[in-house]
Amino acid sequence: MALEDLSHNFLTGRLEDLVRWARRASVWPASFGLACCAIEMMATGGADFDLSRYGMEVFRNSPRQADLMIVAGRVSQKMAPVLRNVYDQMMAPKWVISMGVCASSGGMFNNYAIVQGVDQIVPVDVYAPGCPPSPETLMHAILTLHEQIRTGEILRRPGGAELDAPSDAADSDSPWTPEITSTVRMGTPK
Amino acid sequence: MTAAATYPTTTGLDGETICFVTRDQYISAVAALKDDGYEMCVDVCAVDYLGHPGRELPEEIPAARFEVVVNLLSLSRKQRTRLRVQIPESDPRVDSLFELYPGTEAMEREAFDLMGIVFEGHPDLTRILMPEDWEGHPLRKDYGVGRVPVQFKEAPGPR
Amino acid sequence: MSAGTRDVSDVKRLSELSSETREGPQEMLPRSATTSAQLGRESGAVLRLPEGHVLDPASLDVERPDDETMIINMGPQHPSTHGVLRLMLELDGEFVLRTKPVIGYLHTGMEKQAEELTYVQGATNVTRMDYLSPIINELAFSLAVERLLHVEIPERATWIRMLMSELNRVSSHLVWMATNGMDVGSTSMMIYGLREREMILAFYEKTAGLRMNLNYVRPGGVAADLPDGWEDDVEIICDTIEARTYEYDDLLTGQPIFHQRMEGVGTLSAEEALALGLTGPLLRSTGVPWDLRRAMPYLHYDEVEFDVIVGTYGDNFDRYAIRLNEIRESIRIVRQCLEKMPPGDYRTQDAKVTPPPRGRIDASMEALIHHFKLFTEGFHVPIGEVYTAVESPRGELGMYLVSDGSPKPFRLHVRGPSFVNLQAVPLLMRGGLLSDTITVISTVDPVMGEVDR
Repeated sequence: MALEDLSHNFLTGRLEDLVRWARRASVWPASFGLACCAIEMMATGGADFDLSRYGMEVFRNSPRQADLMIVAGRVSQKMAPVLRNVYDQMMAPKWVISMGVCASSGGMFNNYAIVQGVDQIVPVDVYAPGCPPSPETLMHAILTLHEQIRTGEILRRPGGAELDAPSDAADSDSPWTPEITSTVRMGTPK
Repeated sequence: MTAAATYPTTTGLDGETICFVTRDQYISAVAALKDDGYEMCVDVCAVDYLGHPGRELPEEIPAARFEVVVNLLSLSRKQRTRLRVQIPESDPRVDSLFELYPGTEAMEREAFDLMGIVFEGHPDLTRILMPEDWEGHPLRKDYGVGRVPVQFKEAPGPR
Repeated sequence: MSAGTRDVSDVKRLSELSSETREGPQEMLPRSATTSAQLGRESGAVLRLPEGHVLDPASLDVERPDDETMIINMGPQHPSTHGVLRLMLELDGEFVLRTKPVIGYLHTGMEKQAEELTYVQGATNVTRMDYLSPIINELAFSLAVERLLHVEIPERATWIRMLMSELNRVSSHLVWMATNGMDVGSTSMMIYGLREREMILAFYEKTAGLRMNLNYVRPGGVAADLPDGWEDDVEIICDTIEARTYEYDDLLTGQPIFHQRMEGVGTLSAEEALALGLTGPLLRSTGVPWDLRRAMPYLHYDEVEFDVIVGTYGDNFDRYAIRLNEIRESIRIVRQCLEKMPPGDYRTQDAKVTPPPRGRIDASMEALIHHFKLFTEGFHVPIGEVYTAVESPRGELGMYLVSDGSPKPFRLHVRGPSFVNLQAVPLLMRGGLLSDTITVISTVDPVMGEVDR
């Protein structure tokens, strides 16, 4: 990730903004529709709630070509390894939106068959509640993700060693904590 | 119907005939009903009656823990018939209906997977809904639902 | 299965999970292990073998010995939007020999969950099964519970249920048209189908509050009355969709490429369909005019006029034509519901089953107690068992409900039509091309929520 290695000055600041704009303006989702939320995801891609306005209407079938995995639906015990496999195949930078309550926390199915939240398997960036979330909710989640990409807050994720900015502190033993310099605005970005 | 009348029967809530047969009579009863005009086997399922307060059975049929329920449909007569077979807990095996109705293949696999009833003569009796290496039969009454305790702020505890 | 830690940086556990992708011996037996009786059933009435062949496994292997065939895996994550179905295909070049559908990737434990929820909450569980036609799932469940309860439903509630069910059938078939068009290659059909469906979903949102998974049809009636001005909304829906079905005719039926891809592909005979227990458009495409709404009517289907659409050849094109015309027939039924809707209650007045109106809770102690009991404990259903079946867009949706006198079902078994219809897939694909597998899956119309429950 060469971007974060550059020392920050006026030119690289502009470059960072450009790269972040490019990243958020053409997020390509990997198709991972599982259950009812998948139908709402299809409806969001349809004509009334057009996802194409964000450049996202191409659902890439190959995970290697995708940036975003929208886990739409309930993840069963048999599907969990497949989910992780698909996530691993995606190229960094990659993001995950957990769509619906079943993906976020197991939803109404608190039983032996459903994984209680996909954040047990993959790191999630945005949780979209609803059963199923209406297309407006999904679009709000997508816009929140865009906002996170725009502020660069998303790259300061703990545990992602390759995405970390090189730290100036010589002390490498202390646990790294994220410093949020600006709050992420929830809602339509200006 | 003449075919079902040889076995103890009751009438269901929709007017359908419910036959109670033993495991030995099972295949011949279904074959007789099929010859009588029940072209389609709609459903084969298993029920675990552990903890049930008491169901109505004819006197000659002893109650057992499991029951296999077969729903048959006659398109020509627009009628349904149900067959109920008692399966003991110690020996949960019963003959497979695959030779008579090939469409019962997936239904019997599901009954095996979730309830543990072994269907003899089935071409491929493996788990169909749970992962292959799962242990236990989830729909049995002694198998817990697998609920994970959820922390709410003011709730006293799991339901 | 423990809850597991929520610490995502637990890399070791995650790498274990990612190496567990192969889930064990879902293996196909070698061809030599197939008995001739099974081969006969697989080939059935479809003439894919030359005449004069005795079904001897050894003689079949002369042309295609075991090591020249290839087994490939399709799914469970694949672009055809029919959910998480995995197919293991044995291929001889481009020709499909044998297929094994592997399911269970969406198993939700709904039958176990139903034993944990009361009958009042039961509709929320069952509605998420066949997520393209939620009202019809709820309808089957409610009819089963009401049969055990011996409670009478008022007329208006029944007609409202019919109206919503038929609109649901239209919306489900529109999604089918959209995804089928997409599978065949017509992206426009996807956009058209979803656009029309939005009109119906807007009406659902106005009536029930939700677009999908409505929890609207409950034991005792429906949850709320139709909103004011619903007649105009429904009439606009009917007129628009009916006119647009003729546009779909122009787009798809009139197109030679569509005909070539769908005609003669995936043919099925009536005997095979009955032996496999298939229902719905699959059975009707073979020529058997079996529709539960006509043969064993429930609600008030015997008081409305509609035709049962039947195919001739049992191929993909017949199933497409059946579903397109079923949209038109359902619109016809909706118009008749519009005319015949009686005034009255939208749910039964039996206070032991139906919660009281919210306003009355402040005024009457009895109403408060009923509300409390119904929503915490639920109503008790007498001991019994019932099998109720309705006609869902995919076939016969049955609920086998065993009750034990408590407020929760003792055993709820759902006979999902797609679960049984999927057994036709190996038969339909045999001898076809790899590219035909997509259209075959599409016209069988499996909804994996219902297959796996």
